[in-house]
Formats: sequence, C-alpha cells, structure tokens
Amino acid sequence: MSILVDDDTRVVVQGITGGEGRFHTEQMVEYGTNVVAGAVPGKGGEKVNGIPVYDTVNQAVEEEDADASVVFVPPAFAGDAVFEALDTDLDLVVAITEGIPTQDMAKVNKRLGEVDTRLLGPNCPGLITPGEAKLGILPGNIFEAGNVGLVSRSGTLTYQVVSNLTDRGIGQTTAIGIGGDPIIGTSFVDALELFEADEDTDAVVMCGEIGGEDEEQAAKFIAENMDTPVAGFIAGRTAPPGKRMGHAGAIVSGSGTGTADSKISALNDAGVPVGDTPNEVAEYVEDFL
Amino acid sequence: MKLHEYQAKDIFAEAGIPVPESRLATSVDEVMEAVEDIGYPAAIKAQVHVGGRGKAGGIKIATSEDEAREAAEDILGMDLKGYTVEKVLVESGVDFENELYVGITMDRGEGEPVAMVSTEGGVDIEAVAEETPDAIAREHIDPAFGLHPYQARKVVYEAGIPRDVAGDVASILSTLYDLYESKDAADIEINPVMITSDRDVVAADAVMNIDSDALFRHPDLAEMEDEAAEDELERKANDYGFDYVRLSGNVGIIGNGAGLVMTTLDLVDHYGGEPANFLDIGGGAKAERVTQALDMVFSDENVDAVVFNIFGGITRGDEVAKGINEALESFDEIPKKVVVRLAGTNAKEGMEILNTDLVEVEETLEDAVQRAVENAQEASQ
Repeated sequence: MSILVDDDTRVVVQGITGGEGRFHTEQMVEYGTNVVAGAVPGKGGEKVNGIPVYDTVNQAVEEEDADASVVFVPPAFAGDAVFEALDTDLDLVVAITEGIPTQDMAKVNKRLGEVDTRLLGPNCPGLITPGEAKLGILPGNIFEAGNVGLVSRSGTLTYQVVSNLTDRGIGQTTAIGIGGDPIIGTSFVDALELFEADEDTDAVVMCGEIGGEDEEQAAKFIAENMDTPVAGFIAGRTAPPGKRMGHAGAIVSGSGTGTADSKISALNDAGVPVGDTPNEVAEYVEDFL
Repeated sequence: MKLHEYQAKDIFAEAGIPVPESRLATSVDEVMEAVEDIGYPAAIKAQVHVGGRGKAGGIKIATSEDEAREAAEDILGMDLKGYTVEKVLVESGVDFENELYVGITMDRGEGEPVAMVSTEGGVDIEAVAEETPDAIAREHIDPAFGLHPYQARKVVYEAGIPRDVAGDVASILSTLYDLYESKDAADIEINPVMITSDRDVVAADAVMNIDSDALFRHPDLAEMEDEAAEDELERKANDYGFDYVRLSGNVGIIGNGAGLVMTTLDLVDHYGGEPANFLDIGGGAKAERVTQALDMVFSDENVDAVVFNIFGGITRGDEVAKGINEALESFDEIPKKVVVRLAGTNAKEGMEILNTDLVEVEETLEDAVQRAVENAQEASQ
C-alpha cells in the first residue's frame, strides 16, 4: 500500500517538450511510472518518446484517461498551467516549478477551495511510491520500498534523510515533497492524515523548515489524531530573521514567527522527537519500528 | 527584494499617494543644497534596509543650517546595525497631529492578502500586533476580486480612524492594494501616515518589498535591485543568480537545495562553529557554477574555511566531482581549506575522483561539518 500514487496512476506531463519536462519524463518512465500523455499548447499531435502530446490538458485527460499531472512549465506560465489542470477531472496535480509569483499562487489557492483535485507543490520534488511510480524529479535509485512514510518541504534534505534510513535498511511506503513556497496545495497536515490512514505506514518522518506555521499545525494534528509515531527534523535553526533562505517560504518574519525553536517545541510538546542531525531522525525511526 | 524608502516613495507619489517633498543626497553638500530648496524643519533619513532607523540614530530633524550639516555629517557614512549609510533622503518636516498605520501583506496561513489599519502608527507595528492585537483592524482580500472599496472603508472605520480623514485613508489603502497587486509586492506599508494640523494625510514613510519571483514581469523594478543591494557580496550573488545570505561567522558553506544547505548551517552551529553564509548552487554542479560559488565564499574576508556538501540526486556524484576538480584547478591557489562531502547517486565514484591535493574529503555530513569547523578554528588562531 501507499498513498496518492501507485502502479495504476496514469500520468500526463504538462510541459513535456521542454528540457526539464522531456528529461524527467524519461526518468519517470524508466522508473516504471505510467506516463500516458503530454500536454503542451501548440504541440498537439507530436510524440515524445512515443508518448502522445495534446494541446490541452483536458484533451489529454479525456483521450488517455489520465488521473494525475506533473507540471514542468516555466514560472511565468505555471500558474495558468495549474489552473488548466484544476479545470479537469484529475485527482492529483504535482507542480514541480520553482519561482511561481506568490500572488499567482494566492489565486490558485482560492480555486483549490472550489474543486476536488489535490495540488502538491509548487516548488517541490514531487512524490514517489518506491518500486511503483514516481511523479516528479526525485532520484528513484535512493528509495526503497518499506513501511515508513516521509513528508518534507525540501528535496535534497529528503534525500539525505532517506539515505540515513536506507543505511539502516529502512524503506518507505511513499515519500512526498510538499514544496518550499509560502502558499502550497498539500500541507503537512494533509499528508499526515493520508499516512495515518495507510495501513502499511508504520512510522512517519516529517522534515520541516523555518517560515509559516504549517509545522505547528502539524504538531497539533499529530497530538490529537495520530497513532502512527512521527519523528521530525526542522531546518533553519541558525537563520536570521527577515532573510529568505533559498526557498521563498523559508523566512523567519521580523516579528519572530516561523522560527525553528517554535516548531521544535510544538513538535516536542506533541510527543514528536526532533533530531539535531538527519542521522538522529533515522535513529528515532529505527527505535519506533 | 526590498526597495529603499526613496524608491518606494517615488512609486507611491506616481500613484497619487501624498508624500512630503524630498531629495536624495549622497554627500553633505548635496544635503545642504536639498535643505535650501526644501526649507526647515527638514528630516534627514538614512536609506538602509534596517528597521527602527530612528531609534538607532539614522533619522534626524534639522531646524537650521547648522543642525542640517551636523545631521548630514553624523548620518552619512555611519554604521547602522552593520550597514554603512551611503544615501540619505532629505525631506520636508511634517507638522502632524496623529500617526496612523496602513499596510498590506500576504497571510500565508490563509493563502490570501490581508489589509491592516491602526491608529497606533509611528511605532513598531509588530510590537503593537503582539501587545495589543485589537489595536489593528484586519481585512482579508480575495485575490480574484481585489480589495473592494467597501472593504477599504470597513477596515478604516473598524480601526477607529478619525472620521474627517477616514475617506482619505481608505483611498490611500485602495491605492496601496492596486500597487501591491500591479507591482507584485510581498509587503507594502506606510508607517506612519501622518495627519497634519490642516487635517491632510501624508505618507511619511514607505515600505515596499517585491516578490523576487515576480521580477521577470517588472523589468523596471528589477533594475532597482542592484541599487537596493546592501553589500558587495549580495550584489555579486545577484549577478551570479545564487540564493545567498551573508551571515557573521567564519565557516563558508556551499550546498545544493535550500533545506540541505540550511541543515548544513545548523550543523556548523551544532558542532561549535559559526556559519558565514547560506549559498545554494541549485541542481547539478557544473564547473562554472562551482567556480562562481567558490569565488563568492573566498571573497568573503570573514571566511576561514569552507564546507561543500552536495547530495547528488539526478545529477551523478562523479559528474559533480569533475566539476569541483575543474573549478578548483582554475584557482592559482586555494586560499581557504575546503572540505567536500558527496552523497547520493554515484557518490563513491565521485569521492574517488576528487583531487585530494586540493580538497579534504569526508564521507558523512556530520564528519565534513566537524572537520570544516576545526579548520576554521585553526585558521582563525
């Protein structure tokens, strides 16, 4: 079992003819992901590695019966691309694009409240159910199937923690990157809720970072609703206030909200151990299992 | 991207928000010319991205030529919380009765903008928000519709703004939202809006931060970026297109991916060192990017040692190692010890390729950071 994606997921890639889209489509297919279509305006009728391309997402969804999309569209057009995906019957839209203007995402966010489709990201590495499917840019070879769920705001930090887990022979049910932007579709709470409901997930790792209050809300959710044990990591303990640390969303406000300390103590209060190093997180997970 | 007060005020004035008469000056002579035009009293205000400029001595009021000269001499070139003041705004002093606060920012939790209005202007609004949150009236804005005129009136009345100026303040708020949206601002605020003895409203300060991710559709604002940069290294980072933040320690840090770089900073601190910077070189590690990144940390005189931490995902470790070798070979001498740690895809192959005459190699993140911290401690003795 897993959450959100598996062997049966039928994927459309938005922006499949661009450099990133083309490269990562190859990687996804190589991993075993069922990529059934591409969508690029003006490129309908073409093929990329044998995958049919349509002018609109709606055509791709209807013709190929797709249920998820991955967005590799440049930032200037990505907001529109997500709107287009949300205007179809897709279950899941994964927005990889980094650098979508925040006000574009505020409008997308408003739309999300009116549709049933789930958005993951933007500015995220995507998600992977090891051995079944990956949607996004995660390096498939470092993951192994297992019983630990992983949710993170950051890509490479996820890989680091996964490698610490793999060193201990611990695999994953599904690993999800929710993205480093201030406004994102799927939150920690959403992902934790899915892992809690998944029978095969026996423990969860949650990698947060400075900025916003998503981790604090997750802590509350864990305390009130979860039986599955959770171990945490929070990046950005040394970040100064008012500075954007790479991710658009990784910023401690001038008034001191969004600090690592606040998140760590909220998680600790919820019974979640928080590692000082990524390796310590893996140790906690080993103890859980 | 943060705009300076004078840059934001130009934008406000063009949009029709009343601002005091002002001139930008970079020397004492220019200040004296400006006050001669503007008259007394005049405010002389440091143009640096520092909150609480007034308390820190960066704003002075002059009522005479002598005072103006003294203020200009004091402020120009002064160190304000680590920033050297190179420019001042010379502004006509406003004879005011009240100070208000008006601002718009993105409420992350709600995922939509929020307008804020308060009669407690002229002080640190974040302190007001903490101590007396009820003193700030708030109104969330549906980004699909924008700020309806009734919402502007509603929040102004709820804040208890005096009735005779409420219409003018609501009008300023509406203009601010237009600017917030049309310029892709992250925050926009006027603190204070002054009510003059003639019951006019004037924007006495101006804060405007632009969403860096939206600069592609605002070439005019993008041009202001260099002018707004505070630091030679930040300017360099802009040119190279790096996500870079300068800090005060002596361990230089280069890595890939925001979360992992932040974690590397945290580990430097955890093992008793002090991070000198945040630098994310992003995906891949082509020799050119590595050279640029090393140039950044090497040209920071505070840096005594460097840790280079790359997790190769799609990018293979052996390719990264080649990039690092090539980059290091392009330097005549390596001015500071560099510890490299590679992980992920083909990491072992990568570690074997690394030229150990030029770098020290460690296998784990923890070991690499500890070694760099030790190197920095030795170098600084």
